[in-house]
Amino acid sequence: MSALPGAPDRTAVRGGPRPPAARRKRWTFDRVSLVVVFLGVPLALYLVFVLYPFTQAAWYSLTSWSGFTATQEFIGLENYRRLLSDGLFLKAVGNSLSLLVVVPAVTLVLSFALACLLTFGGSSTGAVRGLAGSSFYRVVSFFPYVVPAIVVGIIFGRVYDPSAGLFNGVLTGVGLDRFRDFAWLGEPSTAMWAVIVVIVWAFVGFYMVLFVASIRAIPAEIFEAARIDGAGRFRTAVFIAAPGIAGSLRTAYVYLGIFALDAFVFLAAMNPDGGPGNSTLVITQQIFSTAFTQGRFGLACAMGVVLALLTFVFTGLVLGIGQALARRDAKGARA
Amino acid sequence: MSAVTRDPEAAVAARPGRRGPSGERTVAIGSHTVLVVWSLIVLLPFAWTVVSSFKTNQEIFASPFSLPREWRFQNYVDAWETAGIGSYFFNSVIVVACALVLTMLMGAMSAYVLARFDFRGRTVLRYLIVAGLTFPVFLAVVPLFFILQQLGVLNSLPGLILSYAAYAYPFTVFFLLSFFEQLPGEIAEAASIDGASEWRTFFQVMLPMAGPGMAAVAILNFVGLWNQFLLPVVLNSDRSNYVLTQGLAAFASQAGYDVNFGALFAGAVMTVVPVLVVYLVFQRRLQGAVSAGGLK
Repeated sequence: MSALPGAPDRTAVRGGPRPPAARRKRWTFDRVSLVVVFLGVPLALYLVFVLYPFTQAAWYSLTSWSGFTATQEFIGLENYRRLLSDGLFLKAVGNSLSLLVVVPAVTLVLSFALACLLTFGGSSTGAVRGLAGSSFYRVVSFFPYVVPAIVVGIIFGRVYDPSAGLFNGVLTGVGLDRFRDFAWLGEPSTAMWAVIVVIVWAFVGFYMVLFVASIRAIPAEIFEAARIDGAGRFRTAVFIAAPGIAGSLRTAYVYLGIFALDAFVFLAAMNPDGGPGNSTLVITQQIFSTAFTQGRFGLACAMGVVLALLTFVFTGLVLGIGQALARRDAKGARA
Repeated sequence: MSAVTRDPEAAVAARPGRRGPSGERTVAIGSHTVLVVWSLIVLLPFAWTVVSSFKTNQEIFASPFSLPREWRFQNYVDAWETAGIGSYFFNSVIVVACALVLTMLMGAMSAYVLARFDFRGRTVLRYLIVAGLTFPVFLAVVPLFFILQQLGVLNSLPGLILSYAAYAYPFTVFFLLSFFEQLPGEIAEAASIDGASEWRTFFQVMLPMAGPGMAAVAILNFVGLWNQFLLPVVLNSDRSNYVLTQGLAAFASQAGYDVNFGALFAGAVMTVVPVLVVYLVFQRRLQGAVSAGGLK
């Protein structure tokens, strides 16, 4: 089932139980006016500001528009052809894809491991139970999620400062002297990893809280049974907890993937100009500069369409593979 | 939650003095160690930021880890006045407050109709609204810029408020749908038998009953809107209208090395404080909202 508010869950979209009263009701003026106003006004705003721009972007991507002409000249797929031979854009796509591969995987593993520690990492005489003080850990871990991402980026820009930063200070403090004055965000080999660490740091707590709630919804008897059968905590995590919250994991994976393909805010704060040798340049930064510094709006929209396609392909893969796995499990259970 | 799932804290409290075998205790100690280390990793950067916000530039570069020689509140004054954080702060308050009221009202109205009225096209509308959640905002920013320009609200707070509200709308509707679906129909029936119009029923009966759901979504929306960065940067390039996140970023990226880092840290602290307060006051409810979403 949907694991986050806003997850496109089919049953939720189709509508839940319909009130039997609704079908017996006559459509009086009172009712019709309420429906028209309650749906009409918000949908008008939503159409103008959200849906219409999306469709317009697809159209602009087929034009050579620079924003200053009254008409947009149609040039077909020329923009897309240009993007295919644009080394800088391809580099940005590569960087975004590496974020897509690494960020969700690391975040999910870490947050799931922490959630397991909280829910069944305590001593287990009697009932399987969590740790004392788990609410303190939850409150602390969740906090980075509510801090504006731009502030997180600015703080870490200072944390990574070669000479006056917290990070090198801690490293030299524990005796790793070779990191004195090491520029984490300024070295092509480490810049992207430094960014990944920050994004993961910002998101782990949120998903940890989510997974704690999902694990607690698994009936306690299942954990009891696993322990009586002699399963250790690692096996319990892998074979009981993980399958038990498969839905949450899948939705979290989709969300993290969509975010990893964006990542604009963090990079705008830490490496606004693409980093050393453009090693941290991502698609969204390219879209922004192509549109709002170079004024090539048609080309920027084509980049936006590429980003949207990547997002859909990724989402489709995750949800599709997830459903296939679920079907296979169901078959296995019946066999 | 199933009735058999025990609240771990309660379970611990209820069994004073029970100790497992030593191996079991080792596991618990190991878990605590990992979690304490993780908590330090989370808290250290924030603590360092707060301490640094009271230092002079020289101190920040000469001794990044010592406590400040004297606690310089001047940094906060500098950030608030010279860097303009004060006026950005009030812009943020205005924009977020208006957008929050607008999006909650519109979201509640739409969710109510989509949850409790049966008409043709209902499913199509639901899908349309969910679609807004899955598209990357970056696809829309260029056309959105020109739409606001044509409407004459580019670089103005009203334009920003409308955009904020429109982009928070799909999430709000989606979240509230299930709350309105769960409300018992008998009360609405009773209201209409008593002669209340549909309008009155919504505003005086149904909306108050959906209070807990509304509160949860409002908190999530507040955090989301307060932290917005892309929309203001694209749609609001007039410096006097900057919101806080945008103003802080501009301050941080000032050309040259004349940035007053102490004031920058102070600005960061002041940006975080409102969300920190909201978070600490409502943290149970906020985590509950996230968890409720997780258990749908």
